[in-house]
Amino acid sequence: MLTIAGRTFHSRLFLGTGKFSSAAMMNEALLASGAEMVTVALRRIDLEDPQDDIMSILDRTRFFFLPNTSGARDAGEAVRLARLARASGGGNWVKLEVTPDPRTLLPDPVETLKAADELVREGFIVLPYINADPILSLRLQDAGAAAVMPLGAPIGTNKGLLTGYQIGIIIEQSRVPVVVDAGLGAPSHAAQAMELGADAVLVNTAIAVAGDPVRMAAAFALAVQAGRDAYEAGLGEQREEPSASSPRDGLDFLR
Amino acid sequence: MRITCNGEEYTVEEGKRISDFIQELGLAADTLVVEYNDRILSKEERETMILGEGATLELIRFVGGGSRSC
Repeated sequence: MLTIAGRTFHSRLFLGTGKFSSAAMMNEALLASGAEMVTVALRRIDLEDPQDDIMSILDRTRFFFLPNTSGARDAGEAVRLARLARASGGGNWVKLEVTPDPRTLLPDPVETLKAADELVREGFIVLPYINADPILSLRLQDAGAAAVMPLGAPIGTNKGLLTGYQIGIIIEQSRVPVVVDAGLGAPSHAAQAMELGADAVLVNTAIAVAGDPVRMAAAFALAVQAGRDAYEAGLGEQREEPSASSPRDGLDFLR
Repeated sequence: MRITCNGEEYTVEEGKRISDFIQELGLAADTLVVEYNDRILSKEERETMILGEGATLELIRFVGGGSRSC
């Protein structure tokens, strides 16, 4: 079982809630995924359509809402969003994401660290989204982050574990849970991240834009389980030299 | 009296409570967060505070999503 900041989760698959074609689809996919941790964003209410409250469909006794600071371009904006999230009464957890460049959506390491320092000081439980930078990961842990969330590939690209090597280092050196987040485009990518030793993965786009999001969510759940089981079972090493699986003797009858 | 709410101008009568203004917009108070002149209000403050001339109100709620291209 996964523990972050003293809270346990049965599922190591976290889901984002964006890009779904409807609230109903989002809810069904979330249920099919078995996820407990779901990320949500904060936005101005559209006063032309005040009843449009997509999140009201979700059962908050089943899903743990992790507010994110998506949209923040610097530490100041991220801190403001985090405080708004906390004021909604949903708790003091926050997924910190600071993405100043809309073309790449890559997280700003400097502003993320700055915001993390401030938010930890204000008593938040901070889960920062970062590029797969092992040194930055250590700095954020020193700052008091409850987990680290390194990306596999840029958000929405579905390119998988482009950062696999660095993520391996992060996992090896980490004192807090590592959640691989962003870019995981297929269940095999999620399984791969778990086989490396990741504690959890976060998936959004790959499920939301799938032909059948509900089925894809279930597929990701299986992959995360498979990857984790493989990791705990102890993967065999890769070898340069082939070695036969069957015994070499007892073949005289053939010769 | 003129105020700005979510970037739009509204005319409201004197002495209008923030919580009443929100309710008249058709919003359920428990699912949103309120910033009044750049300060986050507690639920209590929403019930007791009156809107002031020229005030800026931001009504924010949770939505589906994460960082994305705009």
